[in-house]
Amino acid sequence: MKSQLYEITHTTLYRYRFPVLTSHNLLRLAPRRMERQVRLAHTIEIDPAPGARSVHTDYFGNEVAFTSFAEPHRELRITSRSTVAVAPAYFPDPSETPAWESVGPLCCSDRSRPSLEAREFLFASPQVPAGTGFAAYAAPSFPARRPLLEAVLDLTGRIYQDFTFDPTATTVATPLEEVLANRRGVCQDFAHFQIACLRSLGLPARYVSGYLETVPPPGCPKLAGVDASHAWVAFFCPGIGWIDVDPTNNLLPSMRHVTIGWGRDYGDVCPIRGVVSGGGDYPAMEVAVDVTAHGFYEPGTQG
Amino acid sequence: MEPAWHPLVHCLDTLGPDEIAARDATARRVLREQGIACHVPGGADAPWELDILPLVISSTQWQIIESGLVQRARLLNRLLGDLYGSQHTLREGWLPAPLLYANPSYQRPCQGVRVPDGNYLPFYAADLARSADGRWWVLADRTQNPAGLAFALENRDLLSRVLPEAIQTLRPRPLDGALPLLRETLARISPSQRESPTVVVLTPGPRNEAYFEHTYLARKLCCTLAEGGDLTVRDRRVYLKTLEGLRPVDVILRRVNDAYCDPLEFRNDSLLGVPGLLEAVRGGRVALANALGCGLVESPALLAFLPSLCRRLLDEELLLPSVATWWCGGARELEEVQAREETLALRPAWPLGAPPERCGNPAKNLFRASPQEYVGQEEVILSRAPSFRDGEERMEPYYLRVFLVGDGRSYHLLPGGLVRMPGRERLTTSLFPLSQRSKDAWVLGEGTQAPEPARVSPPSSEHTFIDLPSRAADNLFWLGRYAERLEHIARTVRCALACHLEAGGAARFAAVSGLCEWLGLRQPGEPPLPALLDLISSPSRPGGVGDLTARMHLAAFAVRDRLSADTWRLLNRLPSRPETAPANPLDAVSTLDTLVLDLAAFSGMEMENMTRGHGWLFLDFGRRLERAGNLLSLVRAVIRQERDADLLLRPLLEICDSLITFRQRYFAAIRLPDVLDLLLFQRDNPRSLAFQLEALDRAAASLPKALNPDGAARVCWETTALSARARAMNLDAGGPVPRLDGKPLGEELTSFSSRLWKVSDFLTQTYFSHSIPRVS
Repeated sequence: MKSQLYEITHTTLYRYRFPVLTSHNLLRLAPRRMERQVRLAHTIEIDPAPGARSVHTDYFGNEVAFTSFAEPHRELRITSRSTVAVAPAYFPDPSETPAWESVGPLCCSDRSRPSLEAREFLFASPQVPAGTGFAAYAAPSFPARRPLLEAVLDLTGRIYQDFTFDPTATTVATPLEEVLANRRGVCQDFAHFQIACLRSLGLPARYVSGYLETVPPPGCPKLAGVDASHAWVAFFCPGIGWIDVDPTNNLLPSMRHVTIGWGRDYGDVCPIRGVVSGGGDYPAMEVAVDVTAHGFYEPGTQG
Repeated sequence: MEPAWHPLVHCLDTLGPDEIAARDATARRVLREQGIACHVPGGADAPWELDILPLVISSTQWQIIESGLVQRARLLNRLLGDLYGSQHTLREGWLPAPLLYANPSYQRPCQGVRVPDGNYLPFYAADLARSADGRWWVLADRTQNPAGLAFALENRDLLSRVLPEAIQTLRPRPLDGALPLLRETLARISPSQRESPTVVVLTPGPRNEAYFEHTYLARKLCCTLAEGGDLTVRDRRVYLKTLEGLRPVDVILRRVNDAYCDPLEFRNDSLLGVPGLLEAVRGGRVALANALGCGLVESPALLAFLPSLCRRLLDEELLLPSVATWWCGGARELEEVQAREETLALRPAWPLGAPPERCGNPAKNLFRASPQEYVGQEEVILSRAPSFRDGEERMEPYYLRVFLVGDGRSYHLLPGGLVRMPGRERLTTSLFPLSQRSKDAWVLGEGTQAPEPARVSPPSSEHTFIDLPSRAADNLFWLGRYAERLEHIARTVRCALACHLEAGGAARFAAVSGLCEWLGLRQPGEPPLPALLDLISSPSRPGGVGDLTARMHLAAFAVRDRLSADTWRLLNRLPSRPETAPANPLDAVSTLDTLVLDLAAFSGMEMENMTRGHGWLFLDFGRRLERAGNLLSLVRAVIRQERDADLLLRPLLEICDSLITFRQRYFAAIRLPDVLDLLLFQRDNPRSLAFQLEALDRAAASLPKALNPDGAARVCWETTALSARARAMNLDAGGPVPRLDGKPLGEELTSFSSRLWKVSDFLTQTYFSHSIPRVS
């Protein structure tokens, strides 16, 4: 099966008002190796060069680079370059997925590894609290005995209809209840919201961090740096596994979504998490992401 | 009453009630003087309270506790290894998955992090209750920060002093082995091969209720007390920031809870921890006691599963029962709890601690929505033990905290513990504040010997000399400054009041009052006498006695591990809140006399008893700087009062404690030129400016250089220049206005003064630049 080949450049630039004396960072920027996603190359360039650097795999299986700086600096540039090949995702016929009510009890009674791991994603997490509003919102999409995928697709469509994409409406710290009340936000908020809805019904749902290839309007050249980090949702379907769903674009992610990793919510897979001493308040941050398609890749044909 | 109590009862009968009351009073006085407390000075305080009647535990009873808890420690250690490792217990269904996944004390970043020898729990404490039928029950497990050992050791220490007869008769098992065992255990988990590993005690700081214990452990284990800000991670290693530069740390005895230890990996809204700490642990370069993530097994929900886990993990029956607990995350257990809602207490299932709720209160909705966050617990009716309170013997409910030390496979139970008396027979929470009244626990009979501690080389004296965190240096510097400032205020006010009391001293009093106004001790226009009395009695008047004493206490508290018990006792005598405010000048003078003497004792202690390390250097530097500055202000104030200058000469000498010296040297009427000569230039007068400057210059030369050579050189250069200048000055006091090197004296002294305060600024920039702003 053919895979889409991508080259991705993700640059983050911090400018500080005062010199940063020390800083420690956890970088989750490496696209994850998965069955349908092959990572062909990945580097992270850091300027200034960090004093220490090491790589480990985190709790959720994502690759994390730890870096620390002991030399004073006013500017920090982190450039992640990756080459990945993404194969199409498999989607079952929605009508053939199990009735949604059966999924929670199935996960709990089944002690197979995938089911056990899925139970991790049933509970409230720091950025996705439990609340009564989420179940109430989700209810119309989940009438009795509706097949799981069908219900989730319906919920995704409603979120897409009801919520307005508005980067000025929220920050990383905006509580989810506020997103529900105002119905505005960005991909991260919509993902958190859909996760809260699914968990409130006893369905395992996780947060996926990654990239999305944007396609310019017909006739327009693609501009550099216009792509962005993206976030979507995956839910667990016993017997099938995890199925991705993108509430921001109302679609099932396949070959245009590149996965970096996943966790219970944004906090678990934040691309750059750092603790800085010095630097002053509110550093200026610039992010540029390019996701460029480079034809197709067939395993075994490219060395 | 059990036979084990009989010898104690006999002892007490022999002493008689009056003598017991007297011993009780002594105990309370000693506790107050030593400042053993679990509170922050100035905060809502809870001084340590000790009941002088110990809890007597027979050898048979202790045997039951010992075997039960040694088993329990092994079990919890094994369970931690499983939960942070292969999670066999989960896969086999021995533990329900939500107990882990919904539990906020499960620290996911610690999953798979290797812990040397699988020793997650070098230290473990358990809270035990005894029910009316004589059985012991475990109320709670303390695994991440098992506090209370220092208080238990202090209690024993105190009882050996106030009840020596009883100690000799009953011969409770000694606790001497505790600290050596602790030190050896810490040395053993060190990942480095060095013979004498560097150990630090990580504390959340002086605001923590157990701060006293942290300072106690640091002092007794001969290691450095560090706050998060004193440590830094470089190249995946932990370092202590000392005045000599960075010093690698091998072992951390942490008294900070899991979630606050590393803002990079856990909660990022806290500054208590050390960013990168977990990465250093991953790199295998530092060991923590206890391992990060240990708080997980404090979860009350686990209590329900320990009997079956014990059978499965250790193939043994659980010897000591926990208080009966049902975790509401299971359907059957939930029904059970709801059926017995009248008798069970609802408590949080996770170890974050909150008061319990009865079923059927307003939180019922929350309980319905997420029952897995609750447990139902039977309430243990605590049994009672004799106590001595308010002058009489009575029976009071108690529970007991005991401490274990081990290597993960075998544990040693310290033969004693900390008994708490909550004042009621039902506990309302599983969080036990340290402020409850306590008593000592005496275990009778011969026990199993504590493992002989392997010979651990004591830290070389060089270590304690070097390992001064810059935060500690900062606090010592300010302790010196505040102590000196307090003495200056006390002497000035005392002198003013003496003038007021003196027959015919009205003019002099008016002059000294003017002086006080210029020195900023009195607001312009404020009536002099009330202002002076207020300086002594008001707890909050800025720059007053109460204010400065509180500042001294805060600075001293932050370096408590470096001050001797006697020094601490002296500090506790200083009147932070005068019990009776002096009502008239006569009383006020006598209050100030006592204060001046106590301060003299404090500075004597500092001169005679403190090792001349960097700590002393900074303390003395602060004192000299402050004294020189105060002297310059005083002299400037006097010469400004041209008309009254003569009237002020004697008070000036009195304030500077130089009147006797003056009389011995000059045999003449007090004249300005002589006074200035004595106070400014005589190098052998320990109160003179020249003396202070020479001392500063000597101290500056010994300050550590490595951290910031340029800054250190600048401090040296400035003190040398000031000292040289003072020696070369030429005073001409013959004319109407005294002149120094031909210029008006007042102006010269002002410029001198500003250069002096610059030294303080340079010192701060060089050594304490990270620290919090101070009131100067």
